This record gives sequence, C-alpha cells and structure tokens, in this order.
Amino acid sequence: MISGHIARRARLWGRACIFSASAVFAVPALAQETGSYTPMKPVEGVGMPTAGGLGFQQQFSPLGEYGLWIHNGILMPIITVITLFVLALLVWVVVRYNRRANPVASRTSHNTAIEVIWTILPVFILLGIAIPSIDLIAKQYKPAPKSALTIKVTGNQWFWTYGYPDNGDFEVVSTMLNIPGQPVVNPGTREVGSEPWDGPSHLEVDNRLVVPVGEPIRLQITAADVIHSFAVPSLWFKLDAVPGRINEKVLFVEKPGVYYGQCSELCGAKHGYMPIALEALPRDKYNQWVLTHAGAVIDGQKAPAEPAAAEPAVETVPAEATEAAATEAVS
Amino acid sequence: MATTADQFQGHVSDHGHGHDHLHEHPGFFARWFMSTNHKDIGTMYLIFAIFAGIIGGAFSGMMRVELAEPGIQYLDMFAKWFGAENPDFTTTLHTWNVLITAHGLIMVFFMVMPAIIGGFGNWFVPIMIGAPDMAFPRMNNISFWLTVAGFVSLMCSAFVPGGTGLGAGTGWTVYAPLSTYGSPGPAVDFGIFALHLAGAGSIMGAINFITTIFNMRAPGMTLHKMPLFVWSVLVTAFLLLLSLPVLAAAITMLLTDRNFGTTFFDPAGGGDPVLYQHLFWFFGHPEVYIMILPGFGIISQIISTFSKKPVFGYLGMAYAMVAIGVVGFIVWAHHMYATGLSVNTKMYFTAATMVIAVPTGVKIFSWIATMWGGSLEFKSPMVWAIGFIFLFTVGGVTGVVLANGGIDDNLHDTYYVVAHFHYVLSLGAVTALFAGFYYWFPKMSGKMHSEFLALLHFAIFFVGVNMIFFPMHFLGMQGMPRRYPDYPEAFTYWNHIATIGYMVMAASLVVWFVNIAYAFLAGRKAGDNYWGEGATTLEWTLTSPPPFHQFETLPVIDEAAHH
Repeated sequence: MISGHIARRARLWGRACIFSASAVFAVPALAQETGSYTPMKPVEGVGMPTAGGLGFQQQFSPLGEYGLWIHNGILMPIITVITLFVLALLVWVVVRYNRRANPVASRTSHNTAIEVIWTILPVFILLGIAIPSIDLIAKQYKPAPKSALTIKVTGNQWFWTYGYPDNGDFEVVSTMLNIPGQPVVNPGTREVGSEPWDGPSHLEVDNRLVVPVGEPIRLQITAADVIHSFAVPSLWFKLDAVPGRINEKVLFVEKPGVYYGQCSELCGAKHGYMPIALEALPRDKYNQWVLTHAGAVIDGQKAPAEPAAAEPAVETVPAEATEAAATEAVS
Repeated sequence: MATTADQFQGHVSDHGHGHDHLHEHPGFFARWFMSTNHKDIGTMYLIFAIFAGIIGGAFSGMMRVELAEPGIQYLDMFAKWFGAENPDFTTTLHTWNVLITAHGLIMVFFMVMPAIIGGFGNWFVPIMIGAPDMAFPRMNNISFWLTVAGFVSLMCSAFVPGGTGLGAGTGWTVYAPLSTYGSPGPAVDFGIFALHLAGAGSIMGAINFITTIFNMRAPGMTLHKMPLFVWSVLVTAFLLLLSLPVLAAAITMLLTDRNFGTTFFDPAGGGDPVLYQHLFWFFGHPEVYIMILPGFGIISQIISTFSKKPVFGYLGMAYAMVAIGVVGFIVWAHHMYATGLSVNTKMYFTAATMVIAVPTGVKIFSWIATMWGGSLEFKSPMVWAIGFIFLFTVGGVTGVVLANGGIDDNLHDTYYVVAHFHYVLSLGAVTALFAGFYYWFPKMSGKMHSEFLALLHFAIFFVGVNMIFFPMHFLGMQGMPRRYPDYPEAFTYWNHIATIGYMVMAASLVVWFVNIAYAFLAGRKAGDNYWGEGATTLEWTLTSPPPFHQFETLPVIDEAAHH
C-alpha cells in the first residue's frame, strides 16, 4: 500500500518535470540589480512526513535535535519500561493469583513501606525527566541576537502572509496549491505538480516562506482574523498566531532545504488547507531572492536604482494574480 | 434497560429494609417524567447516555470514514444530511468542523458525564452509603431534564447557520474569536446555551451529591469507611462545583461578545483571545478528571470484589483522588503551551503537570497490589477492569510526554494528543463504564447478562479501540494536525488502519446490544449478591433490582467492618 503511494507520487513529479520547460518566470522588477530565484525542489521524505512513518520527522534545528533526543533518549525508554512493567505485573497476578492457583485470598490491605516506595520512586523518575525538559524550555526561549533578521508571519483565513521588515518590508502571500482531481480550494492558484519543484499535495504552496540558513531568525507571529498556529514539525517549531498579540520565537535552520508544516489551531472551514512551506537558502541566495521584490533592501542598503525610496513598498499579492507566475510574482 | 418495575408489585425484602409500596404507584408519566427516585433517575441518565453515545459515536464513524483516504469523499453527503442545499466546498468543509465539535461535546457532556455520574453515581452512591435516596430528589430530576434540554439545544445548533455553513464548527473548546466574530449565525449560540443548560444541571447534581454524601450516611458509615466509588464521586462533585461556574462565566462572556457588543476576547476592543483559553481550561482540565475519577472508583470496587480482598491502601487510594482533584486545578495551561506563554509559566506548568503522575501511579500500583495475593475470578467486569488498568497506563505515560512544554512544541494539536486523550477517555473512562455496566447491570435490572457475550464484547472492543487509537501516536509524531478532514498521502496508511479499527469497535457494540437484549429476553434472574463473597458493599445486601425505596430502616455499619 505504501509503495503504491510512493509510485503515484513519483508519477506526479514526473509529470511536473515535463511541464517545467514551459514555466513562466516572474519578470524582476528592479532595473539593475535584479536578483534571481528558482524554488528549490524538496527531497522526498525530508522536511515532510514519510509514508507509514512511526516516529518524529528528522530534525533540522539544534533545538529540534535536542527535543528529539529528550524524547527518544529519555521519555520514550522510560514510558516503555513503565508500561511493560505494569503489563508484566498484570500478567503475573493473573497467572499467579487466579482462583485455581490461589484459592484462598490473603487479607493484606496495607504495607506502608511499599506505598512510600511507589510514591517516592516516581518523583525521582519525574525529576530525571524535568531537568532536561526545563532546560529545553529555557533554551527555546533564548531571545534572538539584536542583529537577527526579523520576519513577520501573519495567519489569515486561510493563507499565510510573510512580511520582511528588514528587507524593505515587502510581503509574500502564501496559499496552498490546488490538488488535481479535488475541488478547487483556492480559486486562481495553480495545481500541485505543475512545477518541477512542487512538493507533496496538501503541503506545497505558491509562494514559500524563504529564510536564510544557519543564522537565528526572529519570527514574529500574529493573526489577522482568528487564531492560527504556525507549525513546522521538522524544525520543532509551533507557535500560535493570535490576533492582537505578537508571539516571538527564534527559528534556526541548519541545512538548506524545504520544510513543510500545517496550520495547527482550528481556524474555520479551510483549516486543513493552509500549509506552511519554508525554504531555507544560503545567505547569498537568500539575498538574490530578496532582490526579486520591489523595494528590496539588503543589509540596510536599498537596491540601486530603486524608485519611490521615500515610501516603503508594501507589496501584497492577491491570490488570483499568482496564477501565471511560477514563483514569487511581485509586480 | 434497568427497571425496578417489579418492585411495584410489592416486593418483600428478605433483609427487612425493603418495603411494600402499594400505596405508591406512580403512573408511567409520573414515574419517568416527574421522577424523584434516584434509581429511576439513574436509569434515565444511563438510557440517555447510551442514546447520546450512539449519536456521538456515529459522528466519529462519519469522521473515520472520511479519513480513511486522503481527499474529500463523503463530507459533501454529510453536509446535505444536515440540510445544506448544494453545498460549496467551504460549506462542505464546515461540516467537518461541525462533526468534530458535536462529537466532542456529546461525548464529554452528554455521554460520559451523564453515564458515570448521573447514571452510576445516582444509582449507587445513596445505596453504598446506606441512604434511602439523594438529599434533594426533586433537584435530581431537574438536573436530568436540564441535561436533556442541553442536548436538544446542541442538536438544534447543527441545523442553523454557523458562519461558513450550518452548525457550530468551533471545536468543543469553542475558542474565541473563531466562536465570536468568526462564526456568525445562531448555531454557536445554541451550542453555548447547550453548555449552560448541561452545566447548570451538573452543578445541581454536584450539590446534591455533596449534600447526600456529607449528611445522609448510615450510622457507622464514616468518611473513611465509604466505598471508594463514593469517594470518587465526592471528589468529582467538588471538581464540578468549582470548575463549572468558570465555564459558565467564560461562555457567557462569549455570548455577550457575540450578541451585545462586549469585547472580552476581542483585541479590537482591548480584550484578549487568550483570556478565553485560560478560563476554558481552568474548567477544562478538572473536567477530564471529572470524567475519569468515578471510573477509578468503579475499577476499585470491581478489582476488590473479584480479588476477594479489601482494596490495598484504602486511605492512599482515597487521598490520591483528592490529590488528583486538587492538583488538577493548577495545571490548566498545559493545554496552551503553543499559545505564547512566558518562559516561567511554561516551566511551572510543565513541572506541575508531571506531579499528577504521582497520585495516578499510586492508584495503578494499588490496584495491582489489591490483586496481589488475591483469589482472582475473571468474570466480565474484572476482565474489563484489568483492560482498563493497562489502557489507562498507556494513556497516562503519553500524558507524561505531553506534559513537557518543550516536547509539546512539536506534539501540540497533533494526533498524538488525540491518541493520548482517547486512551484515557475512550479507552479509560468508557472501558470503566462498560466494566461498571457489567458489574451492576444485573443489580439494576434483576436479569443476568451473558458472560460469554460480555467477554466477547471486551475482546473485540479491545482490539478495535487499540487499532483506532494506537496508530494515532505515529501520525501525531509525524506531524499530522488534529481537526483535519484531509491529509497528505504520507498519512494514509495509519489513517486507514484506524478506520478499520473503528469498524471492529463498532462490531463490539453490536455484541453489547445483543447482550442487553439477551438479558431482558432470556437472562436468568439475578440473586442479591451474584458476584459472591468478594462483593461486600451495601448494594449487595439488597435484592436485584433493589426495592423502589431502600433502607427505610437504616443499616448500621459495624465499627470493625471494612470499607
């Protein structure tokens, strides 16, 4: 069954490659330093769920690896041993103390020593869990350095917008790609598989959240209407987007790649159709991507020959307008 | 189901505390609609809970069949069932949210709570403490009918506009602002009203139980001699009394935000959506113990009965429940780890939540110690109880994983959470309900069920529920979020297994209904104490079914007697 799905996925990707030759690329808006960007093709099974998978996704952030280690190295062994221990005790009493094996029941109803032991021992086990766990929380809340890049994430019904205040304050609208053979989720958006770089259906979007790799990024998360939740499992990242609040958390991606997530707080009818696709690029390629946007700023420097320097260019892309553009289409 | 009708024919008790009540012959309407008899009200609660459970269970079946494969296959049809004409895709998806909302609310407020507190609590708390009835019999009646009215209100909500479609699609948590400006239309108001009614009924029930247990115990029945089931209902009643008013406040604020222009939860007017979450979970976390604590009590009675031993560490068991109840009030924000808590708050709730594992562990080990050295008899309630201990342990240890705020960053709102709370509720509380059902059904009805069918029911149910919910741990760790009608192909395999598991579980319920029918049509007459020497609480001194009014002469509990 699983292999069947993989085969179908491969066919889908194969079809995508044929179409890629005719893909239309966005015409860069800047006159001289124009920048360039072709979306990265995700690696099957990396940054996304795997068919029939049993455990966590492979982690690509230091805190993700730490969290995964706490789960796999501490929590999982402890809960497995406890469960098997309880099961063994149950099997033992069933075998040893059934009516045939033990016709006359004892009248034992107290044993202070054992009651103290089974109260105190779990306390120590829990302490053993709590110490690394609290340490993980402390590390997760370490604020980003002052110089860190800030990206603003806004949840909307039912798409994400990503603002880049440090790069000229342009904004990217990110909408899920329609699924072939299914009702149209987002009118005007292309179908998944129509470009060679498209990842899995339900997860791939028209415009990804592009971030630089290997540096702490300050994500500021909020919502425009109801509560959403920005989540990327392979980066151990989840934080609610609450209207009226700005939640901040450090994102650190270790490796270039595409990492997928899905909205994780019930936000209405299309809650299941507003995925997150995060593409991490080396700094120079990230800068090239930034320069494909009007009003782009790199390291506090406006791109040359940039008109309208007085007002920051806030570009929003209506979902309908993105149909023809293959990737980051900004007028 | 259970009926005490025979008793109207003038039953003469062998034990001297049953009485003829030929002068009390309420007609059908007076008996069942104006009832003040705790056993009749308990019976009505159980029938109501089964009815509501069938509806809530059918909703979960609709969800599982939709989730059997990626893509949307059946939701369109379901939307039409609820009355949507030519639903567009958004309306179709809205139906999914209505299903998850209704499933959650029905199972929590109209299945588990009415069955375990209203049903078994009403039936056996007065009997176990040697009281003739509840302290406020007429209030008992109001409690029941308010619950029914609440259910009717909830059902109405499914057929009226709720924003993007018919019905309330807010999730059982009714988070603002999705439930305020996010869901225009009367559906959510009906849902809120349903919670108000059911909540008022439960608060009155809680007052009734507390008063009964504190004031109506038979001579010699000290608090430390009460059966553990009575202890569990006492702690539960306090949790209800203290937590439900907070829910009532929260949903009233929702109501005024929705209809009267207040902005408690609307940032545009200086409010905060997170305030609602704090209020909701201040109720919501004790609520999960409200559902499971009476189950603990039932399991304690059953384990003791079929081990032919008194409960091991009685005081530890009673005060473990008290401790769970107390600590249950100071851990609520572990439901909100992703909402943007401060670092110290998150650390505190991580530590506090883990503390709950200690009294819970005491209970698990004490049950096993009760069996240790016993002479175990594997009648159906005992098999269900042993199944409960194992399944609850699995649900408990995943709770320890989720307690860690840093780990929850990945697992929050995924299927891992769904797996966890179904292991403690669907496989915990519901398994305890079935254990209690087979334990007390002959006492309530006077007819013996089939032990073979009861064991068959257990075997199929055990396989089915584990097939449904164990794979959800894998899905959750892989990142599948909750409350999704559709998913990437990678999640197909385990979702498919879970859907097959649902069918297995549903088949086990058929066996259960056949068993009930068998008992009424062909079941042997149940004796006073059909479980034998291990069953020592007061209900076993009465006939099966007990007389319409029991203990007109109060039983006296011997000072040396064991709880």
